[in-house]
Amino acid sequence: MAKLTINGAARSVDLSDEVPLLWALRDGLNMTGTKFGCGVAACGACTVHIDGEAVRSCQVAVGDVWGPVTTIEGIGTPEDLSVLQQAWIDNQVAQCGYCQSGQIMQAAALLAETPRPTDDEIDAAMAGNLCRCGTYPRIRAAIHDAAQKMQEA
Amino acid sequence: MSRIGKIARRSFLIGTAAVAGGVAFGVYAARRPAPSPLSPAEGEVALNPFIVIDRAAVTVIVPKAEMGQGVQTTWATLAAEELDMEPADLRIAHGPPGKAYYNRAMGTQMLPVANYRLSNWQENLGAQMAVAGKFLNLQVTGGSTSTADGFDKMRHAGASARETLKEAAARRLGVARSALKTQGGAVVAPDGSRLPYTELAADAAGIDPVTAELRPQNAWRHLGKSQPRHDQAPKATGTAEFSIDVRLEGMKFAALKRNPYQGGAMHGFDASEALDIAGVERVIDLGDGVAVVASNSWSAMRGAEAVRFDWGKGSYPETTEEMFAAFDTAMKGGANSTFLDRGDADTLPNGATEVRADYAVPYLSHAQMEPLCATALYHGDRIEVWSGNQIPIHCRAAAAEEAGLDPEAVTLHTPLMGGGFGRRGYTDFTRYAARLAVRMQGTPVQLLWSREEDMTHGYYRPGAIASFRGAVRDGRAVLLDGRISGQAATPSLVRMLLGFAPPGPDKGHVEGAYDQPYAIPNARISGHVAELDLPVGPWRSVGASVNGFFFDSFLDEMAHAAGADPLTFRLEMMKDEDPGSAAVLEAVREASGWTGRTPDGVGRGVAFCHSFGTPVAEVIEVHRTEAGIRIAKAWIAADPGLALDPGNIEAQLFGGMAYGLSAAVHQQITFADGAAEQQNFYDYDAIRMNTMPEVVDIRILQSGDGIGGIGEPGTPPAAAALANALFDLTGERARRLPLADQFDFVV
Repeated sequence: MAKLTINGAARSVDLSDEVPLLWALRDGLNMTGTKFGCGVAACGACTVHIDGEAVRSCQVAVGDVWGPVTTIEGIGTPEDLSVLQQAWIDNQVAQCGYCQSGQIMQAAALLAETPRPTDDEIDAAMAGNLCRCGTYPRIRAAIHDAAQKMQEA
Repeated sequence: MSRIGKIARRSFLIGTAAVAGGVAFGVYAARRPAPSPLSPAEGEVALNPFIVIDRAAVTVIVPKAEMGQGVQTTWATLAAEELDMEPADLRIAHGPPGKAYYNRAMGTQMLPVANYRLSNWQENLGAQMAVAGKFLNLQVTGGSTSTADGFDKMRHAGASARETLKEAAARRLGVARSALKTQGGAVVAPDGSRLPYTELAADAAGIDPVTAELRPQNAWRHLGKSQPRHDQAPKATGTAEFSIDVRLEGMKFAALKRNPYQGGAMHGFDASEALDIAGVERVIDLGDGVAVVASNSWSAMRGAEAVRFDWGKGSYPETTEEMFAAFDTAMKGGANSTFLDRGDADTLPNGATEVRADYAVPYLSHAQMEPLCATALYHGDRIEVWSGNQIPIHCRAAAAEEAGLDPEAVTLHTPLMGGGFGRRGYTDFTRYAARLAVRMQGTPVQLLWSREEDMTHGYYRPGAIASFRGAVRDGRAVLLDGRISGQAATPSLVRMLLGFAPPGPDKGHVEGAYDQPYAIPNARISGHVAELDLPVGPWRSVGASVNGFFFDSFLDEMAHAAGADPLTFRLEMMKDEDPGSAAVLEAVREASGWTGRTPDGVGRGVAFCHSFGTPVAEVIEVHRTEAGIRIAKAWIAADPGLALDPGNIEAQLFGGMAYGLSAAVHQQITFADGAAEQQNFYDYDAIRMNTMPEVVDIRILQSGDGIGGIGEPGTPPAAAALANALFDLTGERARRLPLADQFDFVV
């Protein structure tokens, strides 16, 4: 039974240590905001933060998690949105929405490290996150928008 | 009036029914053609609500698959417009399967007439076809029809609800209904006092529904303006519930494993190694595959890979080469269709220059982000199913069949979908989940397809080949003779929906080629259908996804052979044939500042396709860089007739283009030894943030001529526009997809 800190709370998962963090979240803890898209780190839908770093949770065994985990549920809620999530809504980013948890987690890690990213920096950071609806232009706009609002705040 | 006409009228009668603490407004569903449309016999009708008002809220039922196209918000806005409410104040629910939710707009698509040439009587005939017999089961989200389908229905429901609520208020206040107004979800009395709809709902349930004229367009306050989508906050916070997110008390997680030789038999399997994997609990025989049941999806998927199988072979050719050879053979045989056959396509006109080119496109997977998945719970005498699907009545029937129950014993929930693109228009993933649940009575189980399981099984977008011969003279095309061959995408779908595949010419197979608005005096498009057993089906924009590339690429080749500017060449042949299409092409010319000339290292291509009632033109600009060719910029123009939500239409257009570019650059499903070779996104890549072009401008025109589709029409021009741009950049013509096999792109 793995013991984790998720979104600031101590949690234990009743699954074997080799199960990837993705499935510990989704199936062990019913935290379904983090999505399964490929299982091989090729799409980014399962992106979470471990110790502030964006990682593909489908590739990290729950027994190997090296620090506190932040998931999309820890970034903000519909009642208490983060600046980044508000920018996502303001820019009407999502279409099917399935990849957006991963996109937002990746973007949050980018902004934490690079508060005013250039287009090239956005390309480099976000290239691993697939969106089959093709929402990329609005993701880019939302990241720039959030960067500006975070700096004003 | 014909019987069909009576049913059509009857299906628009708004009815009411009491619900707990309130009222439902909807239409009565015809179970079978009834002698009197006005007084259906007892037991023959059920109210299928579109608007439900109780003490808590006003809820709009949107019985459509929300796959990302924004249909829920647009349908809610249609109702809100007549209800005098803010769209954001409405609750939205999908609702159960219901015959009254048949897709009225889909009938028109069954007519073998180019969409841009449809006349009013033909559109009416299409609408009548849609309500006849089995078409009442067509609660289908597809064919880019949802907005056209809901445009009248939802406004009628909203208007009737509003007037009936006013009538309830009039009776309560003892004033005339005409003395009352509505505003912000309340009836406003002459003295300014307000009676919220939620307080009037119970009264309204006892009143015969009042009908009202629909408001004219110039009185609209919401329609025509971009609306904030109601699903944005849930999707930005991970709280939106997709099929894969369904969680029930005591639920087990299962993974599906089926024969990689699609349609082949399962002669036997050995599950012993799978059962040794931690977390794996059971391996259940599903007849033509197995489900591995576990405590979590990962263990289930590992277990599925550990089962050893004795698979029978499929009954289709084992390699891509053999499949395409079969297309070749079909092309040499008789034509299945010649929907376009004008002038004399056999004779080269005097003094004209002949042009010939052959093209090929591969099989494709939909690769929607959310892998296929459904959840079911079997109770013995009833079954409950959760499945993100585009065809609820058929999914309910499939679950009923698996459980040996009547459809009424099935409760089907249709959650949000993580993309669909046509793949969710089949019942297979719902059926397997139901089959598994029947073996696990009392235990809820979620059956997931791994990405590999999803990608290695159709229904694929079929591969196809084309052979075009044309002729140009004086800067114009004077002959175009195209032969198109491949598997047909739609018969498997129609067979499932209607129980039979209509014989005769297949329109879907040649859409995007036979129906384009060009005045070419001698023109013929023949479709040659190759019958293979590989499962294929609709993929965003269906036939136009294939033929948009073939047809427009060949037009570009003819333009160059004619020494004409590619955009002007198209425009000259289009302007008298269909001014609406010409206006779209003009718009993209202006938006992109098209001159026909590009500097060194820059290439531009234009393409056009009229599909699903909407003409779309795209210009793509490519740049040569040290890292390879970059798809740098894009401009789009489209005319959906009426733009109810411009912001959402833009999203569908650039998203549809990205979907087409992904396929054009990267994607193919190939076959070796009878099995699909591609497994996952590492060998089936797509456009990403760093390879998506900047969408510089999107022009939305509104001819006001009906409502065209928008979910699909952005896709067909993308591949051709890119290929034409690559020709402009390199002088090398791309006649086969994917383009990454021929060109070195930035990745």
